[in-house]
Amino acid sequence: MTAGPTRRVALKVLGGTLGAGAFAYAARPLAQWTAELSLEETLRRHYKELSAEELAQILRRLEEETKKTHGVDVQIRDLPAQEGVSFGYALNLSMCIGCRKCAEACHHENNHDRRTNNSYIRVLEMEQGSFDMERGKVDYDHAVPAPGKYYMPVQCHQCDNAPCVTVCPVEATWKEKDGIVVVDYDWCIGCRYCEAACPYHARRFNWTAPEIPPEEMNPDQGYLSNRLRPQGVVEKCTFCLHRTRAGRLPACLEACPTGARVFGNLLDPDSPIRWVLDNKRVYVLKEELGTRPRFFYFFDV
Amino acid sequence: MTGPADTTSLPESPAQPPALTYLRFLRRALGLAFSGSWRFYAWMIVLTAIALVGLHAWGTQLRHGMAVTDLSDHVSWGLYIGNFTFGVGLAAGAVLMVIPAYLYDDHDMHDVVIIGEIVAIAAIVVCLGFVIVDMGRPDRLWHILPWIGRFHWPVSMLAWDVLVLNGYLLLNLHITGYLIYQRYLQKAPRRRWYRPFVFLAIGWAISIHTVTAFLYQGLGGRPFWSSALLAPRFITTAFISGPAFVIVLLEVVRRARVLRFGDGPTTTLTRIMRITVLLNLFMLVSELFTALYAGGAHAASVRYLFFGLHGHHALLPYIWTAVVLNVASAILLHLPQSRDDKRWLLAACGCAFVGVYIEKGIGLIVPGFIPSTLHELVEYTPTFVEWKISAGIWAVGLITLTVALRIGLAVWSGRMSERSAGTQTASPSGAPEHAGAQSVG
Repeated sequence: MTAGPTRRVALKVLGGTLGAGAFAYAARPLAQWTAELSLEETLRRHYKELSAEELAQILRRLEEETKKTHGVDVQIRDLPAQEGVSFGYALNLSMCIGCRKCAEACHHENNHDRRTNNSYIRVLEMEQGSFDMERGKVDYDHAVPAPGKYYMPVQCHQCDNAPCVTVCPVEATWKEKDGIVVVDYDWCIGCRYCEAACPYHARRFNWTAPEIPPEEMNPDQGYLSNRLRPQGVVEKCTFCLHRTRAGRLPACLEACPTGARVFGNLLDPDSPIRWVLDNKRVYVLKEELGTRPRFFYFFDV
Repeated sequence: MTGPADTTSLPESPAQPPALTYLRFLRRALGLAFSGSWRFYAWMIVLTAIALVGLHAWGTQLRHGMAVTDLSDHVSWGLYIGNFTFGVGLAAGAVLMVIPAYLYDDHDMHDVVIIGEIVAIAAIVVCLGFVIVDMGRPDRLWHILPWIGRFHWPVSMLAWDVLVLNGYLLLNLHITGYLIYQRYLQKAPRRRWYRPFVFLAIGWAISIHTVTAFLYQGLGGRPFWSSALLAPRFITTAFISGPAFVIVLLEVVRRARVLRFGDGPTTTLTRIMRITVLLNLFMLVSELFTALYAGGAHAASVRYLFFGLHGHHALLPYIWTAVVLNVASAILLHLPQSRDDKRWLLAACGCAFVGVYIEKGIGLIVPGFIPSTLHELVEYTPTFVEWKISAGIWAVGLITLTVALRIGLAVWSGRMSERSAGTQTASPSGAPEHAGAQSVG
């Protein structure tokens, strides 16, 4: 045997060892991430394929997890859509003063991430005499209402022809019988196609795991609404279905100091929302896109 | 490491079971992937190092969340999806070698068509990589598989994209795998085992880029993308970046002397590019005119991209670099020098490739989100983590390309065959034994 091949073999062994070391180092974060995953959750079937017992088991597991991570006893329910109920929401732009109490209430009700001050509602400060959102401002910071301005809160419009539902490649988001568009946070793959498709900036992505102090957590939770969301999935406004399906009003409505918000069952002729639709000249945002929203705006005059 | 030189079995063994022959082919192919000149080692080590940096960065992104990127609820797609879009074009562009070779019986092109198919495979690998790193939950990837998960087909364009991209990958794997293995066995390939797939792949190549354009084009809430010109422009730019990459690659293969072939393929591809670069510029002018002449809110993204909007102009350096490069490539390609001098041609291809990369990557995806649907102006600049992950994926693509080309061309040139199993395989730096083998089909 000559020196040549021996040296080559030695070099290859050295190279192989270094390579394996580099690979082990490079793969470490990936391995740590994999270790944090639960096989049970990863292999779970789609929400609509679950039996009642399987769903109940999942709810208990999620409650236990919250107890473990935050030390809080929460109740996670999965209230179904009620028969004969179809939700609608209206907002009186003449009364809204832009105080953003609704956005704040949403933040607390829905267990949003505290660091990003997330909320499903964005309030635009618009110029009198203009519907042009390009002239609107979200980050206004002064006493409200300011002269020459009006205010337009925007949240999910629960569209009947929802582009976000159309584009989802895995059916992780769908429309419920009562009109609410929901997301199963444990099925979403986090591709954010829905976020690109939504014309109303209604969807939010969990760029990190949300951070909520245990003492501030809302323990009344819904599986498809305000339970703790995992990192890397999309979420959205559900008209507070854990409240509204139990006969209560959305948190944003209860927080509104001026009574600008009207919510109710579109199928009930005596509901306040029906009174607004029957007696006010309402309009929807970006009607030309054909999304058919269930969220209506109107002025008093 | 067992190299092909260690193979000591007898050359002629017709009685050997086919499975064993195939296994030996795989073993020799694997050997070829792990041995070569010092240049090959250096190239592969650099690529592997970059890929590992990318892997580490991806793991970090998964652990800490996509907050390590500069993406936001306003600009929710960025560098990854931009690279993905460009990669699809690259994969589709390779079909411009297949069409002359099989539809027009261009024999010169036929000699090198395998290179185009290998480029398509590597490009699809890159595309799939970029889709996966863009996902918040890649652990749930199985949800998107037909029959196994909840495949939202035919409604979701992304479900369509999963189908066409993976279908295109399988088609090309079959075609190249079959042709290379038959050449290895020194058998004439049977037409019915590859020609139907080749013709299917031609239509499929157009479909992958059309579907990818529809992905954006179908979003009514994003005026920047909601244009009927998007898909035609995608195909046009695919027919710039694809040929540009292949022309450079053919020159590399020629200089490495692993395969001998005529100048015909380069000439054909250059002629195609001369048309597509102009067509692309024409479409650009048409888009700018539509957006800017009448004005209005629909043009806000175009104004932001090219001129900046209300003091925000992060994309200006990108898009004007792209415009300058695209114009430069159009001029260079039409100068007489690019016909006679390879250096001019390669410079033109370089300009065209980078120009399209910027225009179709960051230049197409990011302004779709700026201003946002509520007309907020939130800008986006890729973070270092995003660049590391992106570089890692391109490195994986280049590793795939290098290995596949090494194996493919060793067989194509006749240096590696079942007959030569007992003899020493020529190193890639050595002269081929009988290069420019007869074409098939």
